[in-house]
Amino acid sequence: MSDAESSDEFEPVEVFPEAESGGMDLRSGADDCYKCSTCDSECPVAAVDDDFPGPKFQGPEQWRLKRKSDQDIDDSVMNCSNCMRCDSACPSDVPLSQMHNTARGTFVENQMAKLSREYIRNRILSNYGTLAWVGSKVPRLTNFLMSNSVVQEVNEKVMGITAEREFPEFAEQTFREWWSERDGANVESDEKRVAYFHGCYSNYNTPEVGKAMVRVFESFGYEVMVPPQKCSGTPMFANGMLPDARRAAETNVAELSAAIEDGADVIASCTSCSLSLRQEYPELFDLDGIEDVSAHTYEALEYLRIHEDLSGALEESEVDSERFAYHAPCHARNQGLAGQAIELLDRVEGAEAEDVGDSCSGISGTYGWKEEKYDTSMKIGAEMFHHMEDAEPDAGMTECPTCAMQMEHGTGYEVRHPLQVMEDALVD
Amino acid sequence: MAIEDDVLVIGGGLAGATAAIVAARGGARTRLVTHKENTLRNASGLVDVLGYHGSDEPIVEPFEAIPDLPDEHPYRTVGVDAVRESLALFDELTEGLYEGGHTDVNALSPTYGGRIKPTSRYPTSAAAGLASRAEDTLLVGFEVVTGFDAPLAAERLDASVPFDVRGVTVRFPGEFRADARVTRLAKALDADELLDRENRTGTREALADLVAEHLGDAERVGFPALLGDHDPGAVRETLEAELGVPVFEVPMGPPSLPGMRLEDRLEEALDAEGVRVESGNPAVDYTEDEGRITSVSIDRGRRETPYHADQVVLATGGLVGKGIDSDREGISEPVFDCHVPQPEERYEWFHDHVFDDQPFARFGMDTDDSLRPLDSEGEPEFSNLRAAGAVLGGYDLAREKSGSGVSLATGLVAGRNASEDLTTQ
Repeated sequence: MSDAESSDEFEPVEVFPEAESGGMDLRSGADDCYKCSTCDSECPVAAVDDDFPGPKFQGPEQWRLKRKSDQDIDDSVMNCSNCMRCDSACPSDVPLSQMHNTARGTFVENQMAKLSREYIRNRILSNYGTLAWVGSKVPRLTNFLMSNSVVQEVNEKVMGITAEREFPEFAEQTFREWWSERDGANVESDEKRVAYFHGCYSNYNTPEVGKAMVRVFESFGYEVMVPPQKCSGTPMFANGMLPDARRAAETNVAELSAAIEDGADVIASCTSCSLSLRQEYPELFDLDGIEDVSAHTYEALEYLRIHEDLSGALEESEVDSERFAYHAPCHARNQGLAGQAIELLDRVEGAEAEDVGDSCSGISGTYGWKEEKYDTSMKIGAEMFHHMEDAEPDAGMTECPTCAMQMEHGTGYEVRHPLQVMEDALVD
Repeated sequence: MAIEDDVLVIGGGLAGATAAIVAARGGARTRLVTHKENTLRNASGLVDVLGYHGSDEPIVEPFEAIPDLPDEHPYRTVGVDAVRESLALFDELTEGLYEGGHTDVNALSPTYGGRIKPTSRYPTSAAAGLASRAEDTLLVGFEVVTGFDAPLAAERLDASVPFDVRGVTVRFPGEFRADARVTRLAKALDADELLDRENRTGTREALADLVAEHLGDAERVGFPALLGDHDPGAVRETLEAELGVPVFEVPMGPPSLPGMRLEDRLEEALDAEGVRVESGNPAVDYTEDEGRITSVSIDRGRRETPYHADQVVLATGGLVGKGIDSDREGISEPVFDCHVPQPEERYEWFHDHVFDDQPFARFGMDTDDSLRPLDSEGEPEFSNLRAAGAVLGGYDLAREKSGSGVSLATGLVAGRNASEDLTTQ
């Protein structure tokens, strides 16, 4: 870093003049890689898939290769699950996931047939929000259909969506429907205001997480706003659907910027949503206000921990005795939040939480839903399943909705969000 | 004040972990923040105290040599007793994983380059390979592990030790990529993956069969350090039973399995002492009040989060760990902007010959006796900041082979002083 900053004494040689014409110049990032291979040894996909060349190749090495215009992107980039553990592994701050995201975007745009089953399947999966919007109109019918084994079989054969997994159930009332029925915020405040980015999953599938967020923040005197919003983009990045992600980002950045203008900070309950707004947005898109949204976005408990005496409040709280096996999602790890839930739960009388280790759950959003990736996904998850069973909990716990699916799928335990326990502890 | 602790340790390597464990044992509520995966996995896993000083001859007894070191050396600051005490702590924390605590004399461990390194503690997995055991040795390398050229290492070793050393390169059993990671190979041995389902031949047995052909009169066999990740003892046992001779690991460069095993052990110890560990974000700034640090700012992307603490330990590493930074203007300590003594003229940072005694290798902070960094006037920069490990100046860890020992000893003293100085108790 210091080398680049101190380059004012001489003119650097222009190695990649085409970067001037608007392309993303990641050369300094590629040059920061000194090939220690820490990323490769931390990559959960490489650990179980001998054919996967690993993040060092997908990132800096492939990035250099693709500077040559006749060089295709290696199709193995689609086997990266976008868990982004390489980012937190790298001792040299190489922007690995940014390189993977741009390479995957280029691959999908230039090398993937738009009528192929894989493209269509990935497009559908990465636009889960749209799928869920339709499904949640008739939740009972959708739930019935999606749990039907014939439908699952057809999904696998025709679409390449694994029949092994139970499709997540749609709530009969979405979070947003609840919010408008409730008439919005119960607390008004000019000083303490947050805009809730609920994401697709809390809205359509687990509105109880969103309700817990609202009630916990209101108990600390915050006015909660719920601006219009689209998908955070996480599944789109993972599938290389950058134009879709950009369209969603335009709406999100405009709406969240307006909320920030009104004095709010942005809060997410899903750690992939908060990571996307904080890191991937400014890394991949150049939109008005995007840096500001990044700087004002927090994970829900992170925010309370910084701005309120959350630990103190929890010291005086109590819940019905329950033992949790907690899994820190990779995307929470990336934001430095891996130890937070355990630290907070330790203070709640009655709640007991055990960390089930630092392995990846393996599902990585849409990744584990793909028929050809299902086995890899379950192999990655095996270590976590094993630790969960050893912990003999009453329930599992995590912030990430798809990690929760994987935990339930692999162990049968019901899984809760830390906010739900906070709600039990802090809200009368 | 939301995130608040008694002691905040910045840095997750050997120095930071030691400081945090000692502070927590002293009764302090302790938090350790570390930017990335720590650098232990880039280190060989050998734990040295002092290998060389003033000559090319390796030091036999490091503790006896410490009083001869210059005044500004961190060992002189903390004293021999603290060095001994920190090694006793290390022995306790790494029981079963490390050996060497039975003697004050340096052990001589072969390196992957075929040299001999004086070291105080060595992984149990490397014990059978020590040069002090005059036993004929076979070194085995793998085509896929390009970082270890066994015939070359053997040739070099053979020229400097009083026993025969031969080297051979074999294929690693099983189907792997041409550039397979050492962690992948370690896992195959850990799990003893079945290569031949009909005859139920596992990776370990297949490896032993390959090596047996080359064994000859060798009284021990050395492999690059990849004999298992979680259960290296079991992998060695199987190989020893099959081959009928002791088996050892030769410490390697990154990613280093012995380094990762040590990292895991330290993580367990931190957890057992109740230290809160957070990784993923760097410390970048601070607030102060009348010469006391009141909070440390942790960079979370595009904003900073304050971490409040009564006492702070800085263990961010040296030039490699980025605890010490440099540009064309000078050398600096980036978090607290502590004074780093340096020549005015940049051409005095180095000597022309690469292997000369280089001034830049000694760059780092100067401290008082309680390890508080000093400003250019020789006064403590802050009353509640201490420094440990490679961020300290006055020694050349690569030349002296003293990196681990300085980290352990200064980590222990910094952690203890921090917990004893708490104003909150």
